[in-house]
This record gives sequence, structure tokens and C-alpha cells, in this order.
Amino acid sequence: MSMEEFRARAREIVNDATLTFHQRRHYLAWLAENALEYPELSKEAAEALNKQIICDLFEGSAPYRARYILPDYARALHNGSTHLELDPPTDLDEALSFLLIMYTQVPSITGYPVYLGDFDKILAPYVDKVDDETLYRNLRLFWIALDRILPDAFVHTNLGPHDSRISRTIFRIERELLQVVPNISLKVDPEVTPDDLILDAVLTVIATGKPHFVNHPLMVRDLGEEYAAVSCYNSLKIGGGSHTLNRLNLKEVALLHQGDIDSFIEETLPHYVELNAELIEARIRYLVEEAKFFEHDFLAAEGLIQLDRFSAMYGIYGLAEAVDILMEGADKQGRYGHDDEANELSYEITRKVADLVASRPMPYCAGNNGRAFLHSQSGIDSDLEVTAGTRIPIGEEPEMFAHIKAVAPHHDLFQAGVSDIFHVEDTVRRNPSAMVDIIRGAFVEGMRDFTFNLATNGFIRITGYLVRKCDVEQFDEMGARHGSTTFAAGSVKNSHVTDRNVKRVLSRESSPRAPQ
Amino acid sequence: MKAAQGHLNDVIRFSAVDGPGNRFVVFLQGCNYNCIACHNPYTINECDSCGQCVEPCPEMALFYDGHNQVTVDDDLCTNCDICIQVCPTDSTPLSKMVRLENLVRQIDEVSPFLSGITVSGGEPTLQADFVASLFCSIKCSDKLSRLTTFVDSNGSASREVWDRLLPVMDGAMIDLKALDPDTHVAMTGEHNGPVLDTIRYLAEWQRLYEVRLLMVPGRNDSPAVVERTARWLYDVDPSMRIKLIGFRRHGVRPQFADIPEVDPAHLEELAKIVRSVGIKDLVLV
Repeated sequence: MSMEEFRARAREIVNDATLTFHQRRHYLAWLAENALEYPELSKEAAEALNKQIICDLFEGSAPYRARYILPDYARALHNGSTHLELDPPTDLDEALSFLLIMYTQVPSITGYPVYLGDFDKILAPYVDKVDDETLYRNLRLFWIALDRILPDAFVHTNLGPHDSRISRTIFRIERELLQVVPNISLKVDPEVTPDDLILDAVLTVIATGKPHFVNHPLMVRDLGEEYAAVSCYNSLKIGGGSHTLNRLNLKEVALLHQGDIDSFIEETLPHYVELNAELIEARIRYLVEEAKFFEHDFLAAEGLIQLDRFSAMYGIYGLAEAVDILMEGADKQGRYGHDDEANELSYEITRKVADLVASRPMPYCAGNNGRAFLHSQSGIDSDLEVTAGTRIPIGEEPEMFAHIKAVAPHHDLFQAGVSDIFHVEDTVRRNPSAMVDIIRGAFVEGMRDFTFNLATNGFIRITGYLVRKCDVEQFDEMGARHGSTTFAAGSVKNSHVTDRNVKRVLSRESSPRAPQ
Repeated sequence: MKAAQGHLNDVIRFSAVDGPGNRFVVFLQGCNYNCIACHNPYTINECDSCGQCVEPCPEMALFYDGHNQVTVDDDLCTNCDICIQVCPTDSTPLSKMVRLENLVRQIDEVSPFLSGITVSGGEPTLQADFVASLFCSIKCSDKLSRLTTFVDSNGSASREVWDRLLPVMDGAMIDLKALDPDTHVAMTGEHNGPVLDTIRYLAEWQRLYEVRLLMVPGRNDSPAVVERTARWLYDVDPSMRIKLIGFRRHGVRPQFADIPEVDPAHLEELAKIVRSVGIKDLVLV
């Protein structure tokens, strides 16, 4: 970028009336970072990046903080913080105040924390002597503060799998406030989580589009007990996180491929899988060795994150198009999501990618035995004519049972999360226990993450995060207080997400670049 | 008596509107009523293979088999429903005999997602032997016995029929088209004596999951009639669950298309009346 171009773009950001002060500052920092040289890549990887066959999600040219950071808030509350000059809290008021302060100091790719802690666990030591009404009032004020202080839909908390007074109170507050922030995942363990808590969560989805549901036993198998789903659909280790997330566009790989399906699986695919791995490695090395994030950040110094609980996320997307292109190339009619042979091919592709990623050593990834985590990446606002992750294209989804059967076999492979959104009819408002049945069934079927939404609440689910419909409609004229709304306005226009009859907020993870 | 096969119209694997929780719904072919407000009139009669649908089928999926029966080629059928629209006898060439074990296998496949199954129609009690056999199979299976078994019925079956189902049936949803006998005849072609008897009998056995009152404007929706109906139901069982449904034109035959739909505000008024007699468990649709 020439100095002249740099100045012109900086000027555009400074003068963009649809951005708040904080949003302008964020994009100015992004612009400055991208004026620096990219970490060194081979010519082939650089070209693939340039052509967006592999994609760094516009994380920036010189990574100086890890993409996703999951501080061990329980430890912070227990020990207090020297850096923040805070003693360990002794009651609920002090704990909530401690957390609000700490959130302002937790970095991530979006500039906001993507993980707030599992509130039912980290607040448990402080609520025994608090009556229901006081708990409700304090959490309600805290909840409003979160939405106003951290206006980004990728700010995420987890609840469950055990029932608790804290979770029940939070669901009640969610249904009253109808806020975008924070996003929520409920951990569901079929043996432990009562139907009645899942039902309470379903009623909350009906009102607000939150929470997501995650298959707790499957997550524990892959990540251990201390894990959380953050941002949206990114499951990682607490006290750790992910250095970076780079993704491979399977549609582009299929378009470039010449030859039969076997040579795609055995030659073309492994070639591009390695180029994305090279990109991930270069970015990790820069973050750890050059920017030395883990040597200076107070979270690391105070043991609230540990490098050996980190890994990186290896993302894929555009599986649906890749399968359809390969099927057509073999003169076959079947399409992904609708045809057994096409579905089998899709499983063959994801298994192959999983095998390659699991056998490719990655530096500073002790959090997953020296390998990257596989992730089904759910898209950013600029994605055009390519389907998120391993989803079935919007508008082509078969009826729900066939849909679940088609996508569930992928879920086992994606330790770091996989998203399939199910649009359900309004009739479940009168019979919400039907959704409890379906969630339980989906986990029996092997799904890792389950998200459903209704057409008739005031939210649009974009790639996994939420925006308010009214915010998207007003965005063009007035700008948005939430970072994710800007992103969503682009996503709604580009990918017809409203065709799915769903839901609006600036979501920096998904709209990572400065507006142009 | 065991019945190895039933006359099936269709199944829905996931339904949130046919009883508690998520349910697998079996629609059986054939009904003994001829309701003016019927939303799926093609389930009323057996196909007589008159063949009037064969020519109009745009996919050429319908043909006469070796026994002079109109038959469908499932691979060609796109479910465009033109055959149903042209059918002169309120039937469909797409219904078929289904073997019990085949149906149980389909239920087994989706069972982790279900609270239970509901047999609807048509009028399922006309095939009570098959329904009893199906419910028996569910209740006798280690894997499936947790599923609840429900019947969605017009209530015309006799006590003998219900006695056959009761040992294996967890609940029934009964339509009461009208409390007044003449209105009932005008709306369904049949007397309502058996329906009232069914409601009392199932309530006594604690198998009456809900009574459905379809409100058809100008026919059965006057406040006085609704109050009398609600009072009668309250006297049978004060804890009764009642579903008050506003008539919608969707699927109704052309000759009844002039019946107006229910104004939502009017439905709310009727709901107040139902509650005023003491009914607590009321659902509005």
C-alpha cells in the first residue's frame, strides 16, 4: 500500500459517520497493522492467500494478540490480580465489579473479550448467602453493563451442564432484556442436564435466539472438562485459546482441481491443506516469537492463560459447493445434503482433511498435542456464493431429520466447533418441549453444536452471532452501536441470510476489515 | 385381533402440533365423517381407481398396474398434488398399504428425537386393529416403550373400540365439532352421541389428553353455544385441556370456500368465555 493510499483510507475511516469513535479507532489500528509486511510465506502460499483459496480472515499482517483468549476467570477471582491491583472478591458485588474491570483488559481479535467465563461456576462461591431477588437485581444490572460496555455479538458466556439458580436467573433476564450481548452456549450432558433446564433455554431461544446448545460429553472427550464455546461455535480450552484461525476454501480447491475424485482426495486437497497449515504456522510464529504476546501480557504473567493450553484453529468452508462441483465433474446428479453418495463424498473430504491436520505438527500448539484443532468455519460478511463451513446451502436444507442425519457425521471431527443452524416453525412456541426432544436426539445422533431459531423473534442469526432486526434496518442511515451490526448489514445483503427467514449487530470477527 | 398392515396416507417424522413434545405422526387413510371444514379431504375415501388422475399427472407417475389399480411410481412423483386436486371422490392415488414392521422401523430410526407417536388421519379408529397392533409393537419394544402413544380422533368410535386401544394408548385428542346434535349433523354428516360418549369414557379412564373445538364462523361460534359447550366439558372433567382453534381455509374443498376465517379478536372473546366457566388449561391456535 502506498502512503497516498494509506492516507486516503485512514481519512475514510476517520470521516465515516456510521462508525462510533471506538469503531474508528479499531479500524485505524487495523489499517496501521496492515501497512506492515506479512509474515514470510512460500510463494505458493502467498499466492493462494492472495487468491483467497486460503484465508486469514483479515486478522492482520502482524499478529500481536491471540485470536481467541479464554482467561481462567475462576483462578483470577480466587487469587486477585497484581496487575489490576485487585484483591480476591469476598462477595457477589465485588466479584461482578472485578469481572467488569478485567473484561476491559482481555484482548482478542475483535478487541473485545470473546469469553466472559462460565457464570454458573465462577459466581457460585459468591451467591450462597444472596437471596433470589438480590441475585436477580445484581445480575440484571451486570447484564446491561455487559451489553453497553462490550458491544460485540462475539462476546460469549457458557452455562451448564448442571442446573443452577444462576443459570435460571440469567435465562429470565435474557428474556426480559432481549439484548444481543452476551452470546450464550448451554452445555448439555444428557445424563446430568435436566429437561426442565433445557426447556428454560428453549424458551429463551424463542424470545432472543440464544443460547446455542453444545454436546458436553463430546467436548469433554476432545478438550477435557475445562473448555468453553466462545465467540460463536469456537470450542477451546479455558486458560488457553487459539492463536489464529485460517481457513481453506474447499469450493476454490474443487474449482482448481483437474481430474477425478480420487486424485482430488489424494493430491489436490492435501496440497492446499498444507498451504493453509503453512499460513497458520507463520502466523503463530510471528505472534509467539516476534510480537512475544505470551511474554508481556499480564494474563500470561499471572497464570490466567498458559501457552501450553493454546492451539490454533484450522478452518474449512465451502464444503457444499466442493461436493457439488466434484459430483458434477463425475457426471453425477446428487447434491450435498440430499443424496447419499454426495453426503458420503462430503464425509470422505472432511475425514481426509482431519487426518492431514492431525498429522501435521504445529508449533506452540501443546493445547492439542502439537496439532491444530479442526473447525468448520461459519463465514464472514464478504463471503459470496460459498456456503459457511460444512453447512447445507441456505434455502436448500432438507426437512430437519434428514438435515441432521446429513450433517451430524461431520461433527465428530471438528473439536473446535461446527455450526448448523436449524430454522424451526413458530408452532414450537406452543410446544417448546418438542425442541427439547430434538436437541436430545441431535446429540444422540452425534452432533456437537446445535442452534435453532424462529422467524418471528426480533433477531437475525447471521453466521452464528445475533443481530437485532431493527438495527440492520436502521444501519445504512444511522450506524450501529454494536460492532457486529456493521458486519451483519453486509452479510444480509451478500448472502441472503434473511432468505432463511431468520434474524441483525457490528460483529468484528465476521466483519474484520475496515469499511471500504 | 392383530393387523399386519394398515392403509396409510402418509407420515410426518417431526411434528410439534400433534400432542406433547416432538412426535412421529401416522396419517391413516379413510374417514367416516364428511366435515365441511376438513383440511385434508383427500384422506376421507378409499381410492376407487377411477383413473381420472392418471392423465393430468405432469410427471406421468400414475399408471394402472396388472390388477387394474391406479398406482404411483415413487421415483417420478414430485408431490405436486395435482392428482388430489382432480380427484372426484375426496381420495388420493398416493395412499398405500403399509406393513406394521415397516412402519415400526421408520419410527425406530427417529426415536431418539421423539416424545411419542400420534396416529391421525383420516379417522384412525376405523383401523383400530392396526392402531392397537402398532401401539403394542411400541410398548413391547425395549427401545421404544418410553414413547407415548396418542390417537387424534373424531371421537365416533364405540366403547368396544376404545377398550381395544386403552391398554396400549396413553392419550387421545378428540374433536368436538358441535355440542348441539343438529349443528353436528350439519357440519359432519353424523350424530354426535358417540363423540360425547367417547369424551366421557376417555376422561373416566384418564386418557383424554385434550378436546379440540374448531370454531367455524356462523356455525358453532356464538358465545352462548361456546359457553354451553365449555360448561358441558367442565362438568365431565374440570381439569380438562381444551384447544380452541380458529377455522382456516387452507386445504378446504372449493364448495366450502365461502366460509369466513375466524377473526382473532373474536377467538380471544370466546377464550374468555371458556375460561369463565372454570376451564384453566386452554390453548388458542
